[in-house]
Amino acid sequence: MLRGALWKGMHNMEINKNIIEVELGKLYAIWLREFKVFLREKSRLVASIFTPLMWLFVIGSGLGSVVSNPSALSTVVYSTAGEVGSEIDYQQFIFPGIICMSVIFSSVFFGSYIIWDRKFDFLKSVMVAPVSRTTIFIGKTLGGMTTSIIQAAILLVIGLAIGMHYTPFSIVTIAVIIILLSFALTSLGLTIGSYIESLEGFQLIVSFVVFPLFFLSGALFPLNNLPGWLSILTMVDPATYAVDALRSTILGITGKNPFVVDIGILLVCVIALGTIGMLSFRKMKAV
Amino acid sequence: MITIKNLVKKYGNLTVLDNVSLEVYDNEIFGLLGPNGAGKTTLIHILATLIKPTSGTAIVNGYDIMKRSSKVRSSIGIVFQAPSSDDMLTGYENLKLHSLLYGVPAEIREQRISEVLELVGLTQRKGDKVKEYSGGMRRRLEIARGLVHKPKVIFLDEPTLGLDPGSREIMWKYIDRLVKDEKITIILTTHYMDEADFLCNRIGIIDKGKIIALDSPWELKGSLGGEIIEIELKDKEAESKDSIELLLEPYNNFVHKVEFNDKEGKAVIYVNDASHNLPIILKAINDNSGSSNGVKSVYFRSPTLNDVFLKFTGRHIMIQQQDHAEGGFMERYAQYGNK
Repeated sequence: MLRGALWKGMHNMEINKNIIEVELGKLYAIWLREFKVFLREKSRLVASIFTPLMWLFVIGSGLGSVVSNPSALSTVVYSTAGEVGSEIDYQQFIFPGIICMSVIFSSVFFGSYIIWDRKFDFLKSVMVAPVSRTTIFIGKTLGGMTTSIIQAAILLVIGLAIGMHYTPFSIVTIAVIIILLSFALTSLGLTIGSYIESLEGFQLIVSFVVFPLFFLSGALFPLNNLPGWLSILTMVDPATYAVDALRSTILGITGKNPFVVDIGILLVCVIALGTIGMLSFRKMKAV
Repeated sequence: MITIKNLVKKYGNLTVLDNVSLEVYDNEIFGLLGPNGAGKTTLIHILATLIKPTSGTAIVNGYDIMKRSSKVRSSIGIVFQAPSSDDMLTGYENLKLHSLLYGVPAEIREQRISEVLELVGLTQRKGDKVKEYSGGMRRRLEIARGLVHKPKVIFLDEPTLGLDPGSREIMWKYIDRLVKDEKITIILTTHYMDEADFLCNRIGIIDKGKIIALDSPWELKGSLGGEIIEIELKDKEAESKDSIELLLEPYNNFVHKVEFNDKEGKAVIYVNDASHNLPIILKAINDNSGSSNGVKSVYFRSPTLNDVFLKFTGRHIMIQQQDHAEGGFMERYAQYGNK
């Protein structure tokens, strides 16, 4: 009797293990496809690295020559905690912001690439398979995160050239921030992509989502001393908190918000945008 | 294998499927024949659980499409009208992706992929990116993909749309072989008469959301009765349908029906045993026409499905040129731009 129950229990465990394996296989398949396409579309990778570098070197140096007044920068960077006496120039100041910019662009764009998947019926072929919408959503999000993380990693290495240095601890922290931001923004992109049916809508995403997220994040300017309206707008931009946390981690300066607050708000964004994305995927029409 | 019960699909006021009931048997090739916009693709999408019907339901492979959609999905394969494989991936990678999505067990995955590649003749090209494939190869890859999880039923939506004649014949060969080798049921939609005629065991003619005829191709053609004679007259103005009908009245034991095509000035006469009766008809017309008129040319043939379609709908099936099959990403972008 007992042995029978035990055997049955083990048998059920075996079945459950198989179900989990199959489900993970589906998730892996969706992620792997995104990753391979990313690796093969070289132009996308090159462009996604080149644009941030333009900002870093052209705007960073160009605008940097105007705001390089040391006293101005020291009010910009009102406390160089940890590294007393180390001067931070404008280019270094915007470096964490540029990392976030690359994450913003690649994550939101990645999400909205689903418009292409739909246009060319690839999405339909996935949706007709016995795969839950949640699995599709998570697989896609993981794919988007992977591409964002790879691009950010390349930029971090380039950062060494402009005098950035990292410790093992700061690398882990940076990774956490980038993972949270890319998860939230890929979810956002996928949500938008699940509603937009035409490629023309893609331009709207660029103008009304990607650029505001970037400009309002404080990637290019310090957040203190902003006019009231702008200050409020920066606060509703999830990227603001990632820039702030990244700046304090990479440059070793005190951020606008305590680090824990930044991470906390990012986590809330991840959960909120992730949930919204999942729900929109469930509602999304297959045909 | 599939039982469709009173399916209705409406978009607002537009009725796309109008109370369709239908039975598809095990291991047959069933053809849905109809013009573009008749509701063929909608019907297939409903059976594949991609869209929900307004009312009615269907049982696919023992599972109700409304209640057990996940089970239905696992047991069917579907090939869409436009190739849906990712063209940045290789043929093999597309098949691997889909075998994972369908939960094909790891132990047999590689073997299944090799089998389907062999079946559609793409083993040599499995390592090439799909964007390097021809239109025909892409279609065959789609079929391989639809088969990789060993479905009981496979839906083929316009499997040869936009293919050149050579590729079409190859495709037909593969489809024919599927039923014999894989023991599956195939439902295909087409607006090519010859395709339906060549491939299908049974055909449902669908027009404006209704199944208007359902039988084997030869029974359908037989239902027209005998053969068709087309007669062109010297003076297109002089004759009318009425006068020819009157002339042929005495021969109604073998003349079923007379139609008159005003535009071409042709009389279309449905008869039994045309090879014997044609001279009688010609004589009847010539003897009763003035010297200036009479038969200019004559042509007789066996009925085609096109005639069947004409009989049931009063219209010719319309062939629209459409080609989704070719091109890489940028070409497809250009195609999209033109629409």
